[in-house]
Amino acid sequence: MTLMDVEPLLRRLTGDEKHAPSAFSTLDVLWVLYDRVLRVDPRRLDDPDRDRFLLSKGHGPAAYYAVLAAKGFLPHDWLDDLGGADSPLGHHPDRLRVPGVEISSGSLGHGLGLGVGTALGLRAQGRLEPRVYVLLGDAELDEGSNHEAIAYAGATGLDSVTAVVIDNRSASHGWPGGIASRFAVHGWTAVTVDGRDHDAVEAGLRKATEGAPHVVVAVVETKGS
Amino acid sequence: MRQAFIDTATALIDADPRTALVLADISAAAFERAALKHPDRVLNVGIREQLMIGVAGGLALTGLRPIAHSYATFLVDRAYEQIKLDLAHQGTGAILVSVGASYDGSSEGYTHMSPMDVQLIDTLPGWTIHVPGHPGEVAPLLTAAAAHDDPVYLRLSTQTNDIAYADASSLRPVRHGTKALVVAVGPMLAPVLEATKDLDVTVAYTHTPRPFDTTGLRELATSGNVALVEPYLAGTSAHVISEALADRPHRLLSLGVTRRDLHAYGTPADHARWHGLDPATLRASLTLWLP
Repeated sequence: MTLMDVEPLLRRLTGDEKHAPSAFSTLDVLWVLYDRVLRVDPRRLDDPDRDRFLLSKGHGPAAYYAVLAAKGFLPHDWLDDLGGADSPLGHHPDRLRVPGVEISSGSLGHGLGLGVGTALGLRAQGRLEPRVYVLLGDAELDEGSNHEAIAYAGATGLDSVTAVVIDNRSASHGWPGGIASRFAVHGWTAVTVDGRDHDAVEAGLRKATEGAPHVVVAVVETKGS
Repeated sequence: MRQAFIDTATALIDADPRTALVLADISAAAFERAALKHPDRVLNVGIREQLMIGVAGGLALTGLRPIAHSYATFLVDRAYEQIKLDLAHQGTGAILVSVGASYDGSSEGYTHMSPMDVQLIDTLPGWTIHVPGHPGEVAPLLTAAAAHDDPVYLRLSTQTNDIAYADASSLRPVRHGTKALVVAVGPMLAPVLEATKDLDVTVAYTHTPRPFDTTGLRELATSGNVALVEPYLAGTSAHVISEALADRPHRLLSLGVTRRDLHAYGTPADHARWHGLDPATLRASLTLWLP
């Protein structure tokens, strides 16, 4: 199974023949996470020691559903009815309806706070193995709630958290000085990588160190380009 | 009530490794010793209420039982969407414990008041709402809430009744009469009892407006006249009463805190008077309305 195998699954979701997979800003990062990094297993969805992947940027979840389907979390025929009345798959994911989905998201700026709480909850129960990955968008960082979580996780050295920011330069007012600096100033380790280069994304994700939360800024094509 | 909460929460954190407390600076000093003892489960996120609820939601996702606490206006009003989406929508719950009920913080001004917190929580499905009327009611309510995973709002006040009632999750008749049923929620019982002392009415008390005891209501509301006296926004429980009595002719008087922003300081007693919730004004409102 390679990323090529995800393409037909994406097409089932979108009914769209003309858009290349590159139209999906999160696709490569999601693939690297599920194919190389996350310790998750569709046969053990409730394993308390699994890694947690929280899709905070809940809109445009086609790539997420396609990767989950490719990795065996959900039946492929679910992909044919995105947003339908009887479909578990909507335009924002619902954790109570989709196996493997850790949080219901859609309204921006909720995932990082939930991720920080998840990391704290795991630590309080002595579960030190799982990592908590939270995927955000650069425009999502406009929401102030993210900055509450960034400041607190940095100040307390919450090192089981990795944030991944997909940067397609869609924030209306941009991030002068760069996105990584917003995290770094609070004590996070930060790397910026080519969000289409699988080895670079993986290497960036693996750069997390002890004592500090980690962020990977994955740069992809500018939205609308 | 705040001290009863601090003592009970501290004991729960000691006794039950599932319990966790999330603070946003408010009351952090009172939990300093608990935080030293259980640094992983007593968490102060700083003045960050959105994060406080997000963290509570994350803790609940891992199977812990979070308690989040602040002034009602910061806990509920400010972080409403987090309460809506980070808890019950995720299929989890938490115990939210507020202080600064309605105009308890009157001298601080409107920025520190929340008469609308209960109504905001009431827009969300599945919440139990406790509004104790006495410090003695706090420990049993909090301890019971810590034993399950459902969403619970516990609203603490500096206004209190003379005695604690152990069995007031349902409507508990305190005085019997014939002309009307007067339901007093939480700390409204004391002024209601004084206001009705020579009126021919039944007075019933509850500290749990959600779920509202509609069975008890139907049994006690034989006269068809129901007056509801709530220590938060007037009419908050009117929709529940109307629905419960929809098949019977009835009259409903809903008293509580008005929607006015008075731009005034003073004491809670001043605000009670201005909103018509002091015994004399309550008595006048009831007398005018009684058949």
